[in-house]
Amino acid sequence: MLKITGLSKHFGSFVAVNQVSFEVEQGEILGLIGPNGSGKSTIFNVVAGLYKPTAGSILFQGKEIGGLPAHQICHLGIGRTFQIPRPFSKLSILENVVAAAFFGSSPRPGAKAARDRALEVLSLVGLDSVADDSIDVLGAAGLKKLELAKALATQPKLLLADEPLGGLDAEEMVQAADLLARIREEMGITIVWVEHIMGVLMRVVDRVVVLDHGEKIFEGSPAACVQDPQVTECYLGHAHGARREAVPTASH
Amino acid sequence: MDTFLLEAMINGILLGGVFALLTIGLNLIFGVIDVVWIAYTELVMVGMYAIYCLYSGLGLPLLVACLIAVAFVTVLGALVHFLIIAPILDSPPINQLLATGGLLFFLQSFATLLFTTDFRNIGVRLPSLQLGGMFISTARLLAFIVALIAVTCLYLFLKYTYWGLAIRAIAQDRHIIGLMGIDQRWAYGITSAIGGALAGLAACLLVLQYDIQPFIGNSFGPIVWMNCVFGGLGNLVGGFLSAFIVSEIIAISGYYISTDLSYACAFAAFIVIMFFKPRGIFSK
Repeated sequence: MLKITGLSKHFGSFVAVNQVSFEVEQGEILGLIGPNGSGKSTIFNVVAGLYKPTAGSILFQGKEIGGLPAHQICHLGIGRTFQIPRPFSKLSILENVVAAAFFGSSPRPGAKAARDRALEVLSLVGLDSVADDSIDVLGAAGLKKLELAKALATQPKLLLADEPLGGLDAEEMVQAADLLARIREEMGITIVWVEHIMGVLMRVVDRVVVLDHGEKIFEGSPAACVQDPQVTECYLGHAHGARREAVPTASH
Repeated sequence: MDTFLLEAMINGILLGGVFALLTIGLNLIFGVIDVVWIAYTELVMVGMYAIYCLYSGLGLPLLVACLIAVAFVTVLGALVHFLIIAPILDSPPINQLLATGGLLFFLQSFATLLFTTDFRNIGVRLPSLQLGGMFISTARLLAFIVALIAVTCLYLFLKYTYWGLAIRAIAQDRHIIGLMGIDQRWAYGITSAIGGALAGLAACLLVLQYDIQPFIGNSFGPIVWMNCVFGGLGNLVGGFLSAFIVSEIIAISGYYISTDLSYACAFAAFIVIMFFKPRGIFSK
């Protein structure tokens, strides 16, 4: 569905993403993980059209989309949520989602259809009861849901979910993870999921791509991922730190 | 209350109508696109000359001339965006300031070249209304009513249409607007065209009250800018209200002190208020 080949993104002399290639299959949930600054969000921004790629190709359903403006990529069927929610704070919750529902697909739905779609998405994420309220009523979990609702309202075929669990408590995390799984199953939306918190992600994703310093260092199943020495070294190093210190290895 | 004071106050409110129109146009562009159109009131000047040419030159009916002038300045507003602002949207604000400042000199010089600095007049003067012992300017009354209608239409457009929604959204976060499928160019183009339309409409209303000359924009530019800052830059409601507050200050100080000093009084009040409320009188 999405085929990224040799993708690079430079900011001046800083190489944020370096020659990354991977594919996303129709219907899967792909985990995209890596430490802070490893290039995950940059890849999302390039795919969603917020940044232009420096080099490389991005094929979405066989069409080259690298460098297209964001609204065209949105119309082709790619939605993106942000790690730190970016709602339009002066619009109501419903207005936030309605705007996405109306402008997000091409051809545009009618005014009523857009409203219905927005309400439908809000009820899916569980915000229908506060639809007409200002976004001030939402806490961290609510803002994450709104972020998801905005992306879903554009009727994406592929959803780029940027740390949907960040800032949530344990119970909210499970709910959010379940919601992503439901979105995949019930709406048939393919998902690329960037996350810091490994535990929940590993249970839900089909495959994992691991980035470090802008380069891909691993691609494969979640089970193989946690076994991979390079991944453990760069990413799980601190998470598994206690155990590693207890059992010193030759590499240290 | 003294009749003359009441008359001054009523004329002040009426004067505020056109100022409100221009303040909202400029504030809309600033609030949504985040650029400063130094040459904004020069669009009014262009509109006034357009009416002059169409009405006095070609002999079209005044209403037709006004409609064409509004359409012309609307297109001009969009052109200013696409030709001047769009290419430098991401450059430092000072560059945008210089670019629209350049436009100001270009438009003033161009008008001087075409029309010389002679004062022109379309020769239409509406009579004053006599109400009790007071004289109310019909041209200002008309301007006030039309301005209120236009501002109401703009409010309804922004509040209840999808493009209005898009414009309110893009005003808050231009960078992610594409993710909702909104084409930034369209949203900005429409905003600039609306700004142009309001300037064109103001031209129609002002042409009944003022002579036309290439530097007429200078008469309104500073006061409109002051209104924007007074009410809080980008705050449409604040700008609307401060247009009336400022024109009331002008009217009342004109009555109590002197009409020559009335604008100076308004600016003095503005400076004092800026010490206490640097983000506008309606800031929290």
